[in-house]
Amino acid sequence: MSEENNINKFENPYYKKRIVEGPDGEKFEVDPLKDYFCDEHPKVHKPSKIPVIENFLNWARAESLWVLGFGTGCGSIEIPPLMTPRFDAFRFGVQARPTPRQSNVFIISGYLAIKTLKRVIRSYEQMQNPKYVIALGSCTINGGMYFDSYNTINRLDYYIPVDIYIAGCMPRPEALLAGFNKLKELIKEGKAEKANEYAEKFEWYKANQKKIIKDWNMPDYNW
Amino acid sequence: MEFDFKKLGFTLLGLLIVLNWGLLMSAIMRKINARVAKRYGIPWYQPWVDLVKNYAIRSQITHGIMFYLGPVFRFSGGVGLFLFMPMLITAGGQWTNYSFQGDLVLILYFQFFGMLGMALGAGEGGHPYSAIGISRGLSQFTAIEVPMTLAVISLAIQYQTLSIADIVKAQQGGIMNWTMWTNPVATIAAMLSLLGALAHAPFNLVRAPNEIPIGPPTEYHSTFLGVLQTNAAVLHVVEAALFMNLFFGGASNWFEFIVKTFLIYFWSVFVGTVFPRYRIEHSVSWFLKVPLVLGIIAIIIFM
Repeated sequence: MSEENNINKFENPYYKKRIVEGPDGEKFEVDPLKDYFCDEHPKVHKPSKIPVIENFLNWARAESLWVLGFGTGCGSIEIPPLMTPRFDAFRFGVQARPTPRQSNVFIISGYLAIKTLKRVIRSYEQMQNPKYVIALGSCTINGGMYFDSYNTINRLDYYIPVDIYIAGCMPRPEALLAGFNKLKELIKEGKAEKANEYAEKFEWYKANQKKIIKDWNMPDYNW
Repeated sequence: MEFDFKKLGFTLLGLLIVLNWGLLMSAIMRKINARVAKRYGIPWYQPWVDLVKNYAIRSQITHGIMFYLGPVFRFSGGVGLFLFMPMLITAGGQWTNYSFQGDLVLILYFQFFGMLGMALGAGEGGHPYSAIGISRGLSQFTAIEVPMTLAVISLAIQYQTLSIADIVKAQQGGIMNWTMWTNPVATIAAMLSLLGALAHAPFNLVRAPNEIPIGPPTEYHSTFLGVLQTNAAVLHVVEAALFMNLFFGGASNWFEFIVKTFLIYFWSVFVGTVFPRYRIEHSVSWFLKVPLVLGIIAIIIFM
């Protein structure tokens, strides 16, 4: 991931290295990508070795799924009925959370434009370690009806690791609830460790992401 | 000076009871909000699961020293409020914690202490929504403090004491001795300011869940958020207990404590479920109109 790989055709001037004059006339050099961001790569966080503790914590993680409120495609129209009286996902411990820092589940709702993919990666990387991804709709599996589009991705798990796929166009809220229950089973069995997989295969994911995002003007890992 | 281990044990036990009662109250509150919206709502044990989940998250990132200290200050504000306030006034005096003559002044200070620590910590988080939330929170809380402090001064003049335990003792001997009846103007001013202190709608612009994501704690996650949630549970009960002690005759057993704090806390929840949200300038000017005038009248009556 050297800097030559980045084709900065649309480079944002905000991220350029420059000389800034302070309020008292002092001049100093600013390199935003180095000064404002941490360039450390993600670490693998091993689960606890004592099975009783890990099972209990996994139960808590499964019963308290905080979903990031970020609708990426047309599938996000299925989220409001999921949380409102008809389907009421609060019964299953599913709650919406407005900031990636506090959420555990990322629902990729439908097709992903390349522009959105960049924001998805930033948000995904800001979430904290046990984190799960639910991919909604056919578009995340093979591109769906946008399979030959110039502007969307076809397979989501080239770019971020996916725990659960929910097929359909569009899957109804019942399907989403079934997906949540399946995800809970996976977490309780200790099989939902995709955040660690992302850290282990970080180079591979990053290469894939950089291949498709041409205007890469952010740090390699968004802390 | 001899160290009183029995006192310490009762205080820690009291903190445990208050924490669990606070978590249960937040579950009941969300249940009520769900039923108003015709939903079934969360399971009653959801706050405990959320708390365990947040403490169990494996990775944390920090933005600096004040970012660490923000939740610590907030938590010490909530626990400090608990430590220096009598919970129950009983013959044995086990549940009075570390209250002393003049604790009323310290309590008023501790209410603001957590806010200021949180402001410094969230400010270092560097998220613009945190900064907006903090500026709104501090300006609203400054406006809330004015009628609340006036009501408390009125009480101090009425009972000629600054000790919460003495104020509670002066109200014993029947419901007509409560401050609610002997000083109704101060009670109304304080109960109106309580609406803002507990920060439910219409005064929840500080956290504004679907506007500025959740205000000051936007950047706080995992253990930091767990500490903040623990503090919120303690703080809500202790705020209600403060009003119970000052205006509603205190409590002599845990059953009475639970009934009274429930009713005081849910006064703000029920108002919140039916009223929409004020803008910040409206909420500040609202507190500086009716509650402020009532607070001044309450002082003039007892001058």
